[in-house]
Amino acid sequence: MTALQQATEVVDPVPGAQAPHLPGQPDLVQLLTPEGERVEHPEYSIDVSDDELRAVYRDLALVRRWDVEATALQRQGELGIWASLLGQEAAQVGAGRAMEAGDMAFPTYREHGVAWTRGVDPLHVISLFRGVDMGGWDPIAAGLNLYTVVIGAQCLHATGYAMALQRDGAEHAALAFLGDGATSQGEVNEAMIWAAAFSAPVVFFCQNNQYAISVPIERQSRVPLYQRAAGFGFPGVRVDGNDVLAVLAVTRAALAAAREGQGPTFIEAFTYRMGAHTTSDDPTRYRLGGELEQWKLRDPIARLKAYLSRSGIADAAFFDGVDAEGDELAARIRKGTVEMPAPAGTEIFDSVYAEQTPELARQRAEFVAYHEGFEEAGE
Amino acid sequence: MGRLRQFTLPDVGEGLTEGEILSWLVAVGDTVTVNQPLCEVETAKAAVELPSPFAGTVTELLHEVGTTVDVGAPIITIDVGGDGPAPAAAPPASAPAEEAVEAGLIGGPAPGGRTSVLVGYGPRTTEAKRRPRRSGTAVAARATAPQAPAEADHGSGPDRPPLLATAPDATTKPVRHGGLEVGRAAEANAAAAAAAEAATSVARDPGRGALRPLAKPPVRKYAKDLGVDLATVPGSGPGGVITRADVDAALAAPAAPTPERASGTESPGETRVPIKGVRKHTAAAMVASAFTAPHVTEFLTVDVTRMMKLRGRLAERPEFAGLTVSPLLFVARAVVLAARRHPMVNSSWDDAAQEIVLKGQVNLGIAAATPRGLVVPNVKDAARLTLPELAAALTALTSTAREGRTAPADMAGGTITITNVGVFGVDTGTPILNPGESAILAFGTVRAMPWVHRGKVRPRQVTTLALSFDHRVIDGELGSRFLADVGALLHDPGNVWAW
Repeated sequence: MTALQQATEVVDPVPGAQAPHLPGQPDLVQLLTPEGERVEHPEYSIDVSDDELRAVYRDLALVRRWDVEATALQRQGELGIWASLLGQEAAQVGAGRAMEAGDMAFPTYREHGVAWTRGVDPLHVISLFRGVDMGGWDPIAAGLNLYTVVIGAQCLHATGYAMALQRDGAEHAALAFLGDGATSQGEVNEAMIWAAAFSAPVVFFCQNNQYAISVPIERQSRVPLYQRAAGFGFPGVRVDGNDVLAVLAVTRAALAAAREGQGPTFIEAFTYRMGAHTTSDDPTRYRLGGELEQWKLRDPIARLKAYLSRSGIADAAFFDGVDAEGDELAARIRKGTVEMPAPAGTEIFDSVYAEQTPELARQRAEFVAYHEGFEEAGE
Repeated sequence: MGRLRQFTLPDVGEGLTEGEILSWLVAVGDTVTVNQPLCEVETAKAAVELPSPFAGTVTELLHEVGTTVDVGAPIITIDVGGDGPAPAAAPPASAPAEEAVEAGLIGGPAPGGRTSVLVGYGPRTTEAKRRPRRSGTAVAARATAPQAPAEADHGSGPDRPPLLATAPDATTKPVRHGGLEVGRAAEANAAAAAAAEAATSVARDPGRGALRPLAKPPVRKYAKDLGVDLATVPGSGPGGVITRADVDAALAAPAAPTPERASGTESPGETRVPIKGVRKHTAAAMVASAFTAPHVTEFLTVDVTRMMKLRGRLAERPEFAGLTVSPLLFVARAVVLAARRHPMVNSSWDDAAQEIVLKGQVNLGIAAATPRGLVVPNVKDAARLTLPELAAALTALTSTAREGRTAPADMAGGTITITNVGVFGVDTGTPILNPGESAILAFGTVRAMPWVHRGKVRPRQVTTLALSFDHRVIDGELGSRFLADVGALLHDPGNVWAW
C-alpha cells in the first residue's frame, strides 16, 4: 500500500470494537463517538434532520475528495503548493455550516471545508495555489475573506470586522479561523484582548491539529488551549474536532451568543492533521506512524458514515452516489486546473492598491512597453 | 502506437531543483490510471510519491533507481492511447506541464535549456516558438549601449544558445525564449540598455543612472564587510546577479582577472564540470575557513601497536557484537577525552560578538567522502556515549552519509572534526578547519614501520596525526598539549584510567 493510499484510507469503525477515545479529556464536547454512536451532552444538544445529516456527509466526503485531488495535482507539478485539510474536514464543515447569511469568516490557508460550505468553487481556491491569482471569489458575496497566509493575522481582521458590525448595529458575527501554532502569535493575543475589551461579536475557532508544522502543541502551551480564553475574559470550549455534529452545535451556540451581544468565544476544535503541513513538508521526520493510526480510528468521516448506515438514514446507494459525485468533482477540478489561463502580467500592478500610485503606474507602463517590444508569437 | 506523453519531474517542495528516484512503482508495459503512484522521489525536503497525471500504458522509464534528476526533466513516457503519433506541434495551452513528444523523440532533447523556478508547473518547455523582437527603439538603444554587461550572458552554457545577440543589427533580430531565467536575463539586458540610455540623455534619477552591479542587500553588505568591490565581481546568478559564493570566489582569487568564458578557447578533450551542489558548498566553506582562520598544523607520529591489540580484544567482546571496532573509534574517543582536558580546543571564534565560545558539549564531526562529495555530519554530545554507543553512532553517521541521507541537523552544530585520510592509505595531511570550529585532526593510515621500541628497532604499528587549529583561539602550547594527549591515549590506551 502506498503512502498516498495510506493517508486517505478510511478505517471504518467496527461496531462494538472500541475506537480509542481521547485520553483524559472530561471537558471535551462530543455528540458522536468515534464508533459512530450518538451521545448527549448536558450543555450542547443538536437537532438535525436526516436530510441535513446526509448533506453534511456529502460535504465531508466531497471536500476530502477535492483535497486528495489537489494534493495529487501538486505532485504532478500543476500546483505550486497545497495545504491539505485531511482529517480536519469535520471541524471545517461543522464550523462553516454553523454560519448564517451576513456572518463573515476569516480563514487561514487551509479552510477548504469552510470555503466549500460558503459555496466557493474549489477552482477559485485552487487558483491561489497555482499562483494564478490571490483567490478567485468575491469575499463579501461569499461571506468568506480571502485566504490569509500570514499566521494569525486574520484574527485582527476578524476582530476589526466584528467591531464594525457592532458599530453598524448589525446582528451578525465574525468567525476567525486559526491553528494551534497561531495561538503563540502576538496578533492573535492582541485580537483576543481587543475582542474582549469591546465585547466584539467574534468567535475564535482554533483547529488544534496538534502540530505547528513540526512543533507539537505540548511544546507551545502549558495548559490546554481552550483554558487560555479565561485569561482573556471570555468562554473557552474544547470540542471534538472530528465530530461534525458537536462542532456544529458548539459553533452555532457561540455565533448566536456573539450576535446577541454576549461577546467572543474561543473554540478549540481538537483534531489531527492526518497529512503533511503542506506538500513541502514531510511529517515522518517529526512524528511516529502509530500516532496517525490512532487518529485514523477517530476519522471524522468514518464515524458519520457508521452512524448513518447503522441508523438507516443512508444506504449503500447513497454512499456510492456520493463517491461517484466525488470522482466527477475531482475530474472537474483536474480539468479546470490544467486549463486555468495564465494571468496577464499587468495584474501584479493592478491588484496592489485600490487607487493606483504614480510610481506603480510608471512601472506598469514600462512593463507594458517592454512586452509590446516583441512581435506576436506564432509568426 | 498511440499518443505518447511524458511526465516531467515537478518541483514538489517550493524551490527544489532536483530529486532522486528512490523506487519505481510501475514497470514498462503496466497499465496506469490517473493518480496511480508511479515512483518515489526523494528531494532535499521529503521523500514523496508522484502520482500519474495520465492514464495509459507505460512505455519507458527514463531514469534508473538512484539517479538524481533535474526538476523539469522527463522521467517516464506513457502511451495514452488514441490513433497515430502525436502531432508535432506544441500541445494546447490547456496542458502546460504536459509535453507531447513525437514517437521518434522519446527521451527528447537534453534538458539543457531547462530553468528552475519556484512554482511547480514551471516554465513552458514546449513554447518553442520564439517571439521576434520588433525592430525599434529598444533594439537601437541596446546597440548604442556602451557597456552591455557581460554578466547577462553568464547563464549561457555551451549547450544553450546566446540569450540575446550582443551586437544586434537589422538582420539579426534578437529573440525571446520561453524560460523565466532567460526572460530575466533578457530583462537584465533591456534594463541595462534602458539605464545606458538614461545615462546618455538626462540623469533623471541619480540612483539609476550608473550601471550598478546586481546583488541582493545581504550580499552587498557581505562584500562591503570583506572589502570586495562588487564592480570587480562576475555574477553567476540569474541575470548576472552576484551571489555570496561569487564574493567568496573573488576574495579567494583577488588578483585573478575576470574569467572570460569565451567559447572556442577550450582545448580538445577538456571537460567542464559545472560547480554546484556539495562541491560548491564545500568550496565556499573551505575558502571562508582558509581565509578567515589563521591555520597552524602540527604533526605527531605515534606507535599504536597496543591500541591495535586492544582493538582486537574489544572486537571479540559481546558488547561490540555487530559493531565495527575501527581505529577511528579509538581516535574519536581520544579526541573527546583530550578535549575534556583542554576545553579551549572545543570552541568557536565569534567575530561579531568579539568572544570565544567554549562549547558545552563535544559534537564530534567526521568528514565523510560520499558519492555526492564531502559531508561532515557530527555525533552530538559524543562525551555522553559509551564506547559501543560511539561505535554504533559512527557507523550510522558514515553509512547515512554515504547513502546521501544525512539530515541538515546532523551536519549543524559541529564543534571539532576528525578527517580519516588513513582509509585512503595516506600518511597525513594539513586539514582545513570546518568553518566555525577551532580544531581538526587528520588521522593517517596505520602501517607497520621500523620503530625504536625498548631500545631496539622493531616492526611496530605506527600512524601519523596532524592537528590544524585556529591560531586566533589556540596557541602552539595548547595545540601541542592537545595533540600530545591524543597521541598518548592512542599509544597507551591505559591512560584513559588516569584521565
